[in-house]
Amino acid sequence: MSDPGAKTAMACPVGPLRPAMSPLAMALRRFRRNRLAMTGLALLVIVVSASLIGVAWDQAAVARGQPQPYLTPLPGLHPQPPSFAHPFGTDPLGRDLFARTLIGGCVSLGVGLSAAVVSILIGTVWGLVSGYAGRGTDTVMMRIVDVLYGLPYILLVILLLVLFAEKTTWLRMVVLFMAIGGVSWLTMARVVRGQVLALKEAEFVLAARALGSGSARIIFKEMLPNLAGTILVCATLTVPLAILQESFLSFLGLGVPPPLASWGTLTSDAIDALNPVRVYWWLLAFPCLAMGATLLGLNFAGDGLRDAFDPRAR
Amino acid sequence: MAAYVLRRLLYFIPTLLAIYTMAFLLMHAAPGSPFVQEKGLPPEVLEARKAEFYLDRPIVEQYLLYARDLVTLRGHSSIRYPNRNVIHDILAPAFPVSLSLGICALGLAVVVGTTAGVASAARPRSVIDYGAMAGAMIGISQPSFVIASLLVTLFALVLRWLPVGGWGSPSQMILPAVALAALPAAYIARLVRTGMLEILSADFIRTARAKGLAERQVLLDHALRNAWLPVLGYLGPATAAIFTGSFVVEKIFAIPGVGTHFVDSALHRDHPLILATVLLYASLLVVFNLAADIGYAWLDPRIRYE
Repeated sequence: MSDPGAKTAMACPVGPLRPAMSPLAMALRRFRRNRLAMTGLALLVIVVSASLIGVAWDQAAVARGQPQPYLTPLPGLHPQPPSFAHPFGTDPLGRDLFARTLIGGCVSLGVGLSAAVVSILIGTVWGLVSGYAGRGTDTVMMRIVDVLYGLPYILLVILLLVLFAEKTTWLRMVVLFMAIGGVSWLTMARVVRGQVLALKEAEFVLAARALGSGSARIIFKEMLPNLAGTILVCATLTVPLAILQESFLSFLGLGVPPPLASWGTLTSDAIDALNPVRVYWWLLAFPCLAMGATLLGLNFAGDGLRDAFDPRAR
Repeated sequence: MAAYVLRRLLYFIPTLLAIYTMAFLLMHAAPGSPFVQEKGLPPEVLEARKAEFYLDRPIVEQYLLYARDLVTLRGHSSIRYPNRNVIHDILAPAFPVSLSLGICALGLAVVVGTTAGVASAARPRSVIDYGAMAGAMIGISQPSFVIASLLVTLFALVLRWLPVGGWGSPSQMILPAVALAALPAAYIARLVRTGMLEILSADFIRTARAKGLAERQVLLDHALRNAWLPVLGYLGPATAAIFTGSFVVEKIFAIPGVGTHFVDSALHRDHPLILATVLLYASLLVVFNLAADIGYAWLDPRIRYE
């Protein structure tokens, strides 16, 4: 109480004092002031809502008994360059590229999202248990993560997808989603464990234990809220990697089976159609722009979240 | 340190064993036979073919026999290419190609990424900074096959400066190496820039400037040595990205490397070739990971390995 402001605050206890900001509110304010992060967020909102509108459009066509716009070949010669009726042009089979890009976005974002969810579910629990239990459990659990990290996991993913490629579309989608999700939780487990090790020594955890809280309560009520920022940042940065991985697998012919589309299959199909004589630029440009906007948005937003939740990291 | 390296070398064994086992089990769980394309064979010939690939024996025996063939480097003949040994005739000629391409790409990513990161951190918010970071955004936001195809279209088909593909001359290496290096270079540039900006505001940098060191010396000897640590941590994943990315890039540029065999052998159920290729990639990645960790300890004396 030695600073000069204390006296006026004492004299006028309600008026000029602003209510204390919670750490979350402060983080959100830092995020909102970060122009790059807000640009990223705006890009994401645009892309996500466009994909959702695409699905709604598709479902509306199904409900009315009309052909699905992203599957139906149009009459005439194809591919056609962008026009008023087909803003992104049409593909060599005469399907509307705008509809396919929107649907493809839904698949690609779905892959990214499922990777993030898997990494949150498995990675967080793994890291929490490992860091909190300590000693032998910690050693064993982290050794497992180390070995898995050292494994060229993508080799096994490719093997898995190639070897089970003949199965149904549905099964192949499940394998694809699980395979990409399965790689993504390792980083999360390491990051969360590191934070837990630090939090374990924090005074409020000691206080909770002194008050008689059990392990479950300490982990979920005391530690987890403190980890929320870290988990959110890590999950955000997992999504772009998963989307890139999906496009990589698509190029090897292991992505979502046709006639379904993803940004990965759209770009790799466009590259197959690429030749210097006739330039079908729209086939490549629009899916690439959509993917680029999403990946940049996610990276910007992720970096912004990290700066917002951990100002010292900057 | 020696003990640490030795212990890490011992970890290779369970890691590679785990990979081998998983690949073997996946291979056996997969539907389809390696001999589907050899229809119309008399049953006794088919039996002989199966016996050649140990397929008439119990699964445990197959597992051990293939392991023996790989560990002793004796290899086994391929199913898809009869009379060609998977190790001596298929992988041995292809491996140096993939390895040299991978090392070139890794070197390029490190040099370009670090240079761009230092240059943009030295003059934040300058034209150089914005230019380098815009370049990094392209690297981060596009898959390598898109970058590769655009490079081919621009430099090989339109400008005709470089060959479209193939392997043998140094000029054929430029485009694939650039395509592979784009993503890791972009990540490294961002890592170095962030690290440099943080360290340049540290007290010891002010001291270094105050005692009159040249700016170049401050940046490279004092700041970069510290800012480079996160890059070393990223080198393991970067190596993995480059070597697996080469599946795609080798396909685009028609390079006779190992990558093409990986996907093809799995598609054709070529059991000996799948196992050999998976193990080759696995050992490569494990070795590079260890090298990155040793580099870490060498650059940062604070890190101790018991």
